[in-house]
Amino acid sequence: MNGYDFTLAGARVTALPSGGLWWADARLLAVSDLHLGKSERMARRGGALLPPYDTAETLSRLEDDIAATAPATVICLGDSFDDDTAARALPDWAATRLTALMAGRRWIWITGNHDPGPTGLAGTHLAEAREGPLTFRHIADPDAPLPGEVSGHYHPKTCLTLRGRRITRRCLLTDGQRAILPAYGAYTGGLACTAPVLDALMGPRAVAILLGTPPVPVPMRV
Amino acid sequence: MHALPPHIADWFAARGWSMHPHQRAMLDRTATPALLLVAPTGGGKTLAGFLPTLAELGPKPPPGLHTLYISPLKALTADIRRNLSAPIAEMALDIRVEDRTGDTPQTQRRRQRADPPHILLTTPESLALMLSYEDAPRIFAGLKRVIVDEIHALAESKRGDQLMLGLARLQTLCPGLRRVGLSATVDDPPALGRFLAPHPHACEVLTADPGPAPDIAMLDTGTPPPWAGGGGRYAIPAILNQVARHRTTLIFHNTRAQAELFFHDLWLANTDSLPIAIHHGSLSRDARAKVEAAMAAGQLRAVVCTGSLDLGIDWGDVDLVIQVGAPKNVKRLVQRIGRANHRYNAPSKALLVPANRFEVVECVAALQAVRAGDLDGEPRGPGARDVLCQHILATAAAGPFHADDLFAEVTRAGPYTGLTRAQFDACLDFAATGGYALRAYDRWQRLMQDDHGRWRLRDPRSARAIRMNLGTIVEEEMLKVRLKPARAGAPLGQVEEAFAATLTPGDTFLIGGQVVRYEGLREMVVEVSRGRTREPRIAVFAGTKFATSTRLADRILALFRAGDWSALPAHTADWLALQRDLSRLPTRDRLLVETFPREGRHHLCVYGFAGRNAQQTLGLLLTRRMEEAGLAPLGFVATDYATLIWGLEPVTDPAHLLQSNELRTAFEGWLGQNAVMKRTFRTSAIIAGLIERNTPGRRKSGRQATFSSDILYDTLTKYDPGHVMLDITREEAMKGLVDFGRIEAMLARVQGRIDHVPCPRVTPLAAPLFLEAGRIPVKGAAEQRLLDEAANRLMAEAGLA
Repeated sequence: MNGYDFTLAGARVTALPSGGLWWADARLLAVSDLHLGKSERMARRGGALLPPYDTAETLSRLEDDIAATAPATVICLGDSFDDDTAARALPDWAATRLTALMAGRRWIWITGNHDPGPTGLAGTHLAEAREGPLTFRHIADPDAPLPGEVSGHYHPKTCLTLRGRRITRRCLLTDGQRAILPAYGAYTGGLACTAPVLDALMGPRAVAILLGTPPVPVPMRV
Repeated sequence: MHALPPHIADWFAARGWSMHPHQRAMLDRTATPALLLVAPTGGGKTLAGFLPTLAELGPKPPPGLHTLYISPLKALTADIRRNLSAPIAEMALDIRVEDRTGDTPQTQRRRQRADPPHILLTTPESLALMLSYEDAPRIFAGLKRVIVDEIHALAESKRGDQLMLGLARLQTLCPGLRRVGLSATVDDPPALGRFLAPHPHACEVLTADPGPAPDIAMLDTGTPPPWAGGGGRYAIPAILNQVARHRTTLIFHNTRAQAELFFHDLWLANTDSLPIAIHHGSLSRDARAKVEAAMAAGQLRAVVCTGSLDLGIDWGDVDLVIQVGAPKNVKRLVQRIGRANHRYNAPSKALLVPANRFEVVECVAALQAVRAGDLDGEPRGPGARDVLCQHILATAAAGPFHADDLFAEVTRAGPYTGLTRAQFDACLDFAATGGYALRAYDRWQRLMQDDHGRWRLRDPRSARAIRMNLGTIVEEEMLKVRLKPARAGAPLGQVEEAFAATLTPGDTFLIGGQVVRYEGLREMVVEVSRGRTREPRIAVFAGTKFATSTRLADRILALFRAGDWSALPAHTADWLALQRDLSRLPTRDRLLVETFPREGRHHLCVYGFAGRNAQQTLGLLLTRRMEEAGLAPLGFVATDYATLIWGLEPVTDPAHLLQSNELRTAFEGWLGQNAVMKRTFRTSAIIAGLIERNTPGRRKSGRQATFSSDILYDTLTKYDPGHVMLDITREEAMKGLVDFGRIEAMLARVQGRIDHVPCPRVTPLAAPLFLEAGRIPVKGAAEQRLLDEAANRLMAEAGLA
C-alpha cells in the first residue's frame, strides 16, 4: 500500500494518496467530502456550466481505493453529495456504479452540512459512527472526548516554500488524537491548515500529511 | 474641398490658429464610411476626429446620440471631455458631452440610457455593457459616428476583438454608422484599416505629416551599466541631471517592479528634492489620480511610469522621454518618444538607458532601427473565440437572436472575417449548453431556442451574471495593500496573491516608492506598516512583458557578427569580447548552448534569440524532455534571447534534446499539460464565462468553496479532450504565449548546427538570466525529491520524526 502509516488513538491507520483513510485491522475505509453532483448543483442554481465529469472522476477514485483495499466497511464522512437534491438527482449510471461499490460491504453515510437529509440510497445514515476507539463525524467537535475522532469538512491543504518553490497540496491533519481528512471529491478547494479554526483543534505535535505518491508528512505548523 | 462651417472657421480664426492639413482632410471626408487617421502624438489627432461631429451637429442640434467616442483608458475619456468642452463653449454650440465608464454613478448611467447626450465618451467594456441591455436599440438610435481613439493600442489585445464585435452590433442597430480610427504611427496601416472597417468594406487611410525626426540618443552616464540586472539604477545621477535640465521628464520602465525599485533609489538620490512621482497600474486609484492631477497642473518635474502612461493623455508639457531598459519593440519606442514635445513641429527628445550590458546592444540596435524608420510588428491573429463566447451571451442578454443573423453580423467584424460557421456553432453550443460531449445540462441550459428558432436566455435572471462577467481583462488574483490599522489605513495599491503568500511577518517590500513591512493578512487585505531600515524584497507585480521583435533580434545578432563594435560603448564591447573568449557569441545560423554548475544545481542555457514567449515554450519543451530522461529539471526562466534551465542532474548532450522533429513531437504531446496552457485556460475560461470572476465578496466567503481552474482543465483534458474551451485555449496559446512558430523558424535556420560549450562557471552572457523574474517551476520528479528531503529535515527539527 503506497500510503503513510500513523497511529490514531492506538489504531494503526494509513493515509492513502487519494485522501482516504485506511484502517487495515478493521478493514475500514473512510473518505470525506465527496461533493458528488457539484457541477449539476451549480448549473441548477444558474451558475457556470462546469464540465459535468466531477462525479465520474470522484467515483473512479473511490473504485480504485476500494479495489486496492477490499474494505468490509466504508464510511463516507459527510458532504458526500453537494446537496440533498444532488443526491436524489444522481444520474442512473452513477447510481449503478455506487451500488456496485456498496455490494457486499457495510456502508455508512455520515450526515454533512451539505447533505443533512437521507440520500435515498442504501447503506446506513448516521450523524456519527463509533468503531472501536474511533468516532467518525463530519465536523470536528472541539469538546469531543479524545483521543479518537475522525472528521472532514474543512478540506485542509498545506502550502510550503522549498528552495524558492511553492508547493500546495491537499493534506490529512493529525496529532495522534484527531484526524481531519482532506476533501476527496474532484471539484473541491481547500482551507490552508494555518487557519485559526484548524490551529485551535490540533495539538502541538500536529502533522500535515501531504497527499502525493507517496504521501509525505510535515509539521502542521512549519 | 468643402467650405468650412462658419462656427468652426470663426473659432480657428479667433484663436489665430490654422488647421492642420489632416484636420482639414478629416472634415472633407465626413461622409466616408470607414476612415483611419495615422498621426504622431501631438498632431491634434483627437480634435481631428471630433471636428466632423462639431460641423455636423452645428449650434442647435436636435436631441439624441450622434457620436460615440471610445478610448482604451477611463482617464482618457475624462481628459477628452475637458478638452472638448472648451471649443464647444467657445463656438457657442448647444452640444452635450458626457462620459460613461466603470466609475460613472448608477443614477447617471440610468439617465444616460433614458436621455443620451450628443457625444458619449466611453470604453470598450462600457460599450459591451450598454449593448447587453434590452433597450440598446433605443439608446443608440440615430447614432451617426463612432470614433475609436488609440486604436493601435486596442488592436493589440482582446479588447480590440470585443470592441469590433460591439461595432458590428452597433452597425446592425444603426446601418448608416460611420467609423473613424485614430492611431499613432504603426508599421502596417492597411491591416489596422481592415481591423476597423465593416467587412467587406474598405477603409480609407489618412497619414498625417510625421513631423521632424526625433532627437534620440543613448544616455551617457559616465559609469558602465552593471553586468546584470534591470532597472537602470546605476544611471540615477545622470538621469537626475537630465530631469533638472528639462521642464518635465517621463521616465518609462518596462515593468512595475522595476519602476518601484528605481523610484525608491531615485528619491534617496534626489538631494535637490525635485518633485518626482510614480505612476503604474498596481497603485491605488487615489494615488494615480493625485499624480495625474499634479502632472496636469505642471507641478511635477518627472514621473516614473510604465505602460500606463503610454497612451496619449495630455498631462502637461513633457519635453524629455527617458526609456529605461531595452525597448523590446521599435514601434512602441517610437510611440513613447512621441510623448515628448507635444508641439507638432518640435522634434521629440528621448534618451535610452540600457539597464545592463546586454541591453546596451539592444538599445544600439533599436537606435539604428529608429533612424532607419524600420518599424516592426507581428501580424494580428484572428479574433479570439473566448471573446466571441462572451459576446454571444451578452447578445442573448439584450434579446433573442437567430443564429444565422448573429453569424453574419459577427463575420462583418474585422477580426472575425475568417470565422467558419463550425467555429461559430461550437461557441454558440458552449454558450447554450456548456458544449460537453456528455449532455448533462439539458434542464439547466443557459440559452434555449424559442418557437421561432431564436436563441434566448433560459432564465432572464442570468443576464445579471453575464453582465458582471463582461470584459476581456483578466487580472492575476490581486490583494489590496493597506497600512495598519486596516480600517483607518490608506490603500497603497495591490500585489499578486501568489507574492503575498510568500511573505512572512517582518518581510519588507516596495510599493508606491515606500518600503513597507508585512504584518499579516486580514480579510484578504495585506496589512503593512512603514519599514525604514531594511533592504526591501522586490514586489513581483504583474506587468505585461513584451517579446523583443524578430526584426530587432536580427539586428542584435547582426551587431554581434559584425565584429565591429565601435557603435557600442567600450565596456560593452569588452564584455562581448570576454564572452567570445570564455565561450562563444551567438550567431543567426548556429545555436549556442552552454552548460555550467552553480549553487548546487546544474544549468543549461540556450541562446535562441526567438523572443520571450518562444524561449519560454522552448523551456517547457526542453524540461519535458529532460524529465523523461531522468535529469530532474527544477525550473527555468526565459528572456528574449535565451532560456536558462536548472535541475538536479547535468545535461551532457544538448543537441539530442534539441532535435527538431523530437521537439515537435514533444510539442504536440506537451500542449495538453503545462503551466502556460493552464494559465491561458484560466484567462479564456473567465472571458468565455465558464468560470465566474472572483469578486472580493465571494472570495471572503470561504476558500473551501472555490477551487483551482487547473482542476477544470485537468478534468476536461481527461474526460472531454475535444471540448471547445480546450480548442480555444490552444488557439490563444499559439498566438502569443507559445509562439512555437519562432522556435521552428530558429531551428530551421540553424539546421542542427548546435555549439555545446561546457563551462566551469556562469558565463558573461548567461549572468543576467539569474536576476530575471518570472521563473517557471517544473512539477516533476524533482519536486517529490525536494519534498522528501525537506520532510525529513522539518520533522527532525520539530522533534516529530
